[in-house]
Amino acid sequence: MNLSSEFRDPDLCRRVLEQIQHLADSPFRFMEVCGTHTVSIFQSGIKSLLPENISHLSGPGCPVCVTHDLEVNTFLALAKMDLRLATFGDLMRVPGSGGDSLKKVQAEGARVEIFYSAFDALQLAVDNPSENVVFLAVGFETTAPTVAATVKVALNQQVENFFILPMHKLVPPALLALASDPDIRVDGLLLPGHVSTITGIEPFMFLAGDYNLPAVISGFEPLDILQSIQILLRMHKEKTPAVINNYKRAVADQGNPRAREVMQEVFKPVDTAWRGLGDIPGSGLSLRKEYLGFDARRKFEPAPLQPETNTGCKCGQVLKGKILPPQCPLFSCVCTPAAPVGPCMVSTEGSCAAFFKYSL
Amino acid sequence: MCLAVPMEVVSIEDNVAHVEVGGVKNQVRLDIVDQVPAVGDFVIVHAGFALRCIDRQEGLETLKLFQDSLGLELVK
Repeated sequence: MNLSSEFRDPDLCRRVLEQIQHLADSPFRFMEVCGTHTVSIFQSGIKSLLPENISHLSGPGCPVCVTHDLEVNTFLALAKMDLRLATFGDLMRVPGSGGDSLKKVQAEGARVEIFYSAFDALQLAVDNPSENVVFLAVGFETTAPTVAATVKVALNQQVENFFILPMHKLVPPALLALASDPDIRVDGLLLPGHVSTITGIEPFMFLAGDYNLPAVISGFEPLDILQSIQILLRMHKEKTPAVINNYKRAVADQGNPRAREVMQEVFKPVDTAWRGLGDIPGSGLSLRKEYLGFDARRKFEPAPLQPETNTGCKCGQVLKGKILPPQCPLFSCVCTPAAPVGPCMVSTEGSCAAFFKYSL
Repeated sequence: MCLAVPMEVVSIEDNVAHVEVGGVKNQVRLDIVDQVPAVGDFVIVHAGFALRCIDRQEGLETLKLFQDSLGLELVK
């Protein structure tokens, strides 16, 4: 049998929806913190099917959207140096200060190349020993171990012309920042499935334990998401908050210890700034001492422009769930997917882009 | 960005698995996978690396839980 088609079965989805309608007798606000959930919720039509008193918020779940302006300006400064920049395609159109983006500087002659894997970028360095290659290391816990494994191989093979710009972010510290912010009102959280594949359930337990917030690790098919919402609602209604793994076919409760070991061998947690959320303790990753030779900041000392502070962009408030994208004054007039001002409109997984594409 | 796709392992050479789904073929590294897969297993693939060996049985059991709670018959 084809498993994925079963998880999209309309009849099953309808029945779970009926249960949700039955449970939704008071207002309920849930937030997802994964760009893939954002897109799936819009694309499958779930958003329009949910009862009116259930509000859906897209939190800081897209690594591109939370990459800080200063980091964007840093890689744009690197792009103008004598080196080859290797990046995931997601970053190409993110605007930095002065109207630059990787796509724009590439058109002006910078050597920027898109890769699907950090390992392919390492291969580019191995194949071109006379040139320096810098990989832009963005992504949450799902992606960070793949970069760590690549850096380990680079050390073992003594590749001296491969570097990374570490910009990884960790999800649990960001959720702690959200949960402890008195201005943010959320009744339940959908937890990111593939981040949890690595982290396991333990780093999220504080949500229910310390903040009485129900949270469910969810898959990405419509049935996964509907059932996870139904579990959240039930816990909210019965006042029995817990953290539940509802994506067991991809997430072991203990996560992937091997991937975490590789990640911890290469990186150490550091304080870092998120776009919109500000500084969050222990939410970033920097290279450990033995691997510092791979740090592009140390090697090339790029001088980023200082970020503009007054663009009018409200991505920060969108990421915190304080406003919905259409409440931003720039939304769909000044800021569109074709000419984005903020990262939530750039990334296809950003909530502004999803709103623009599916809600108008 | 954390998109990950289940793919079937068709062969393994050293630390690299050749994987396939719906006619799309790829090579993925096994440096960080939770347990080394065998040919015929499914792995969850992200950015050129296998993250986890998928338990197909677990998927079937999830569906069984659905059908139990909804009174449907999906899985024989």
